[in-house]
Amino acid sequence: MSDPLFEFLCRLGDNTLVLGHRVSEWCGVAPVLEEDIALANVALDLIGQTQLWLGLAGEVEGQGRDADRLAFHRDVWDFRNVLLVEQPNGDFGQTMMRQFLFDSWHLSYLKALMSSSNEQIAAIAEKSVKEVTYHLERSTDTVIGLGDGTEESHDRMQKALDRLYPYVGEMFLSDDVDAAMVAQGIAPDPTTLRPAFDAHLAQVLGEATLTKPADDFAHKGGKTGARHSEHLGHMLTQMQWLQRAYPDATW
Amino acid sequence: MYAQMIKSTGQGVKSLDEMEPEERAFQERINAGGKIEPKDWMPEGYRKNLIRQIGQHAHSEIVGQLPEGNWITRAPTLERKAILLAKVQDEAGHGLYLYCAAETLGVTRDELTRDLLSGKMKYSSIFNYPTLTWADMGAVGWLVDGAAIMNQVPLQRTSYGPYARAMVRICKEESFHQRQGFDIMMKMANGTEAQRKMAQDALNRFWGPALMMFGPSDADSVHSAQSMAWKIKMNSNDELRQKFVDLTAPQAEYLGLTIPDETCKLNPDTGHYDFAQPDWDEFFDVLRGNGPCNTDRLEARNKAWDDGAWVREGLMAHAAKKRAAKLAAE
Repeated sequence: MSDPLFEFLCRLGDNTLVLGHRVSEWCGVAPVLEEDIALANVALDLIGQTQLWLGLAGEVEGQGRDADRLAFHRDVWDFRNVLLVEQPNGDFGQTMMRQFLFDSWHLSYLKALMSSSNEQIAAIAEKSVKEVTYHLERSTDTVIGLGDGTEESHDRMQKALDRLYPYVGEMFLSDDVDAAMVAQGIAPDPTTLRPAFDAHLAQVLGEATLTKPADDFAHKGGKTGARHSEHLGHMLTQMQWLQRAYPDATW
Repeated sequence: MYAQMIKSTGQGVKSLDEMEPEERAFQERINAGGKIEPKDWMPEGYRKNLIRQIGQHAHSEIVGQLPEGNWITRAPTLERKAILLAKVQDEAGHGLYLYCAAETLGVTRDELTRDLLSGKMKYSSIFNYPTLTWADMGAVGWLVDGAAIMNQVPLQRTSYGPYARAMVRICKEESFHQRQGFDIMMKMANGTEAQRKMAQDALNRFWGPALMMFGPSDADSVHSAQSMAWKIKMNSNDELRQKFVDLTAPQAEYLGLTIPDETCKLNPDTGHYDFAQPDWDEFFDVLRGNGPCNTDRLEARNKAWDDGAWVREGLMAHAAKKRAAKLAAE
């Protein structure tokens, strides 16, 4: 295993990088103008957080790689994001369900990071919490609004939940990297965050008149990099294309 | 501004003596530099003309998201991606202010949207051109936003209050857009050989379409004369085009790029740059729907609107349920 702190920072930065990219794919084609603006806001926040997390990862690694180098010059197996965020946008309902599930985990994780023994991590978490609080408020409202909307919107949201729920479990898995972070007081054990997540999920799904899938099966392999989905590779062909095609250029 | 060929009454400008007292008071207020507000009396022609102009401007902001959105997922650095995303977000915001300004004239955003989607209302010809390389993000900011600013700055003084106020906010953001475009061009023009080639190619493709943004010469247009009398158009198309070339030609020189017009030179007698007219046949083709991207742009907007129908209906239904529950509880 490489330096667990570097791995840990790549996990945070790759989550925001990949989700920020996915959300930015909505640019100009959202269901209403207000959503175009709101989705761009969320994508912008996530890209900004990526610059901080991956920037710090590069510093910790100490091999001269900055945030851009990490974002644009690694291949699929080096990415450490959870599988949930690389799932395709689907319809607006699937995008917002993915956002809601991620935001719910993200906010509680960041709140815990605010008391990290590493001051830089605590500072980035503090800045991010302000942004992600708003993300969660908005994605929660949208999931409730569409779940409890028309028959069609309800069915689409249920389908989105069924499609994405198998990717929830990975966010709460703990491994050696997490154990190393816990031992140094840098980050919480993700498994400890699950009960609060489940309680919030139950409350929101209740208001949204949606049903949590009975099966708790969880796909894994994203945050360890062991096995990403096929979707990530296609995203990288687009995201990294210019940097790869013109490696000697600065932009 | 992104409005072209806006029709006015077509009747020619009336003199103050020919006007009824109400209209005379209205015109005198405009002549004195006063503002017209939504509840004030206004001639029907003024109202309709403004709806066409503000509507076309708003639609241009909305469709204008597409050619730049085309590069957000391929932006070469995190910072460039964030800047481009923020810029496109501003455009959506401009669309929103402008639709709000149009709504004060008694038309709804949904009505205007339907007219855009059906092709009844137009948006600026410039957005029917494709963005093919990253340098196009530079060229669009530098030339397209640069041309838009020429028109928008004077419109901050336009006679219709809500429009003038929307324009004040828009202008602040547009000048940031123009600078970021120029910054991309600088990087490209001073970069590798491939980057310089991209930059020159982008200038070659966008120069003519940028000049067309001002519309054909309107020296003899009755529509323009009326719009100018009402101060909803502040300068002639030729005046603004000249101003744009005078400002842009030295910038191209600074970048070490060549404007694709051999006649474009500073004329010592006039103190202005001479330049060749763009291809107006092409312009009218684009307006008729035959630009390189007209079909794609309208298809994309229609698809977004149709795909989003269930979302709009779902959220409305939820809001109605909540209202009903609140009423029942009272």
